[in-house]
Amino acid sequence: MPLLDVQNLTTAFQTQRGEITAVEDISFSLEPGEILGIVGESGSGKSVTALTIMGLLPRPPARIAGGSIRFEGTELTTLSQSRMQGIRGPGIAMVFQEPMTSLNPVFSIGDQLMETIRAHERLPPKALFARAVEMLDRVGIPSASTRMKDYPHQLSGGQRQRVMLAMALVCRPRLLIADEPTTALDVTIQAQILDLILDLRDEFGMAVMIITHNMGVVAETADRVMVMYAGRVVEEAPVTTLFDRPLHPYTRGLLECVPSLTEEMDRLVAIPGTLPEPARRPQGCRFAPRCRYAEPACRAGLPPLESYDPGHSAACIRVPELTRP
Amino acid sequence: MGAILLRRLASAVPILAIVSILTFGMIHLIPGDPAAAIAGLSATPEQIANIRRDLGLDQPLMSQLIHWYGNLFQGDLGRSLLLGQPVVEATMQRLPVTVALSAYALVITLVIGLVTGIVAALRQNTWIDQVAMILAMIGISLPNFYLGLLMIILFAVQLRWLPTGGYVAFTDDPLGWLATSTMPAISLALLLAGLLARITRSTMLEVLRQDYIRTARAKGLPSRKVVVKHALANAMIPITTVIGIIVSLLISGSVVTETLFSIPGIGQLLTQAVLNRDYPMVQGGLLITTALLVLVNIAVDVCYALLDPRVRYDGA
Ligand SMILES: Nc1ncnc2c1ncn2[C@@H]1O[C@H](COP(=O)(O)OP(=O)(O)OP(=O)(O)O)[C@@H](O)[C@H]1O
Ligand code: SF4
Ligand SMILES: [Mg+2]
Repeated sequence: MPLLDVQNLTTAFQTQRGEITAVEDISFSLEPGEILGIVGESGSGKSVTALTIMGLLPRPPARIAGGSIRFEGTELTTLSQSRMQGIRGPGIAMVFQEPMTSLNPVFSIGDQLMETIRAHERLPPKALFARAVEMLDRVGIPSASTRMKDYPHQLSGGQRQRVMLAMALVCRPRLLIADEPTTALDVTIQAQILDLILDLRDEFGMAVMIITHNMGVVAETADRVMVMYAGRVVEEAPVTTLFDRPLHPYTRGLLECVPSLTEEMDRLVAIPGTLPEPARRPQGCRFAPRCRYAEPACRAGLPPLESYDPGHSAACIRVPELTRP
Repeated sequence: MGAILLRRLASAVPILAIVSILTFGMIHLIPGDPAAAIAGLSATPEQIANIRRDLGLDQPLMSQLIHWYGNLFQGDLGRSLLLGQPVVEATMQRLPVTVALSAYALVITLVIGLVTGIVAALRQNTWIDQVAMILAMIGISLPNFYLGLLMIILFAVQLRWLPTGGYVAFTDDPLGWLATSTMPAISLALLLAGLLARITRSTMLEVLRQDYIRTARAKGLPSRKVVVKHALANAMIPITTVIGIIVSLLISGSVVTETLFSIPGIGQLLTQAVLNRDYPMVQGGLLITTALLVLVNIAVDVCYALLDPRVRYDGA
């Protein structure tokens, strides 16, 4: 049984201009200990996917319009709030893109760490403190026990992201969702945080879903990659396969402009045009307006996600002819 | 923390200096002869001369000023012309009445305002939110003397549940105090409670949108804890500023309310003093009231530092 199994998930938002679907009919699964990379341009629906799994989208305006999310066999889309609270933390934990604003400014980091443990476990105060210190130490906060009483504003961005990681991992989750955990950080710090996530994965054996728009990050961390475009999955493959033999024109475009980890990316200059807004998506293949291989047939209907090799699928009707040697 | 308190106390000194000099100057802003104005139209030249001498108005300005500050530092603000009583004594007799009434009204304001605002924010865009905000709007739009009159007519005249006015000190008879203070406190509080409810609602909505609230939920905290601990602790920072303003408004609002309900507080004292051109009383009353408001502001700043570690640490 996979750890996480998402089937045909669709998340919609009620907006002033009617309902839009931010995430549409996506399916994927994660095995215990596996690292899945989710890539795609800004607005492609990566965060909405993550937040839907966590049950953190405000409803309304958000609504799960279809599909299922099974975590260790439990259906999450219909789970009660109180049972979902029990899953967040020890089951699935999440770190966010914005380390500067994701910690509560008026409580000490020790307080915020310990309350996380307290929400899920009964521990005597001493053990609670020790556990929090140990975790801070583990994520690389120097002299952890004295820094427990520090407030977020006394820490740098990198340190805050380390604290966020400590908070996410302190209950030993089976799945960590990291939503662009390094985007807001300096380049050197980015690499440190990624290394830390990999180390912690090895140590704790958790699965990781890492969201990024940086192909370099994917190459260095993920086992498998899922590429999203305008709310849909356009390609999915093991990481080496994807880099060796990308099938979808969008993925190829992404790979042509792979930024290295050390380079501030001006990504996707190789793909002209911009992602369509949810309300203004074209008929048929959503990538068609920007695709250099587009032909009239592409606009006829949504290309289905077809499997080409075991574990490698893409949603493009021209894959067979374009990949012919 | 102590440093912040000291610094705020120090910053009160120039404010009080300015206020005291303005209060001193007030009497000289009266057009023409202040003594004649104070004495009134029917006064004889002799009475006018007496007043001038009593108030030291026949002295050069500089020596009047020195005299004023000399007395001030000894806690002497002169004698009320109307009551014949030292100004400080008259004020101190009335002050507890106003403070008790304001405190009562403040409690009502806080309970109604905060609860309504928080509930409305948590139920944003539902009928509960809409009803709460309509009630807040009514509270804000009703002039408090009008509300006071309505209550007197209904509860005192028609139903005879409560007295129409008068005052019983809390220390003499707590129940009697409650009976005489409830209507005035409500009429003082309702407008401010409406105001506070609206501000609390918008502040809470703003805070609930923040990333750290999402983090708190992502950690699996129960929603009660997310709201009561994480959201409220942050929302209280801007709300505290508003509460400071509310306290000032309560104290100044007591002028009308005390007159309406014949409550012998500072408001009534100052109203009578102004109507009777009892200048020493007006001067002293204003000075003491201002000092009180300055104290309230210092208390607010201290609360601010207690609530917000960023302020606390920058101050240290
Ligand atoms: N609360 C909301 N109401 C309406 N639309 C929303 C809401 N949240 C997200 N969306 C829409 O959903 C789409 C996907 O957004 P999402 O945040 O998942 O993108 P993303 O892939 O995470 O992008 P980024 O790389 O910028 O983080 C966007 O078009 C966005 O406008
Ligand atoms: S379906 Fe057509 S438009 Fe879409 S990616 Fe494939 S070739 Fe391009
Ligand atoms: Mg995102």
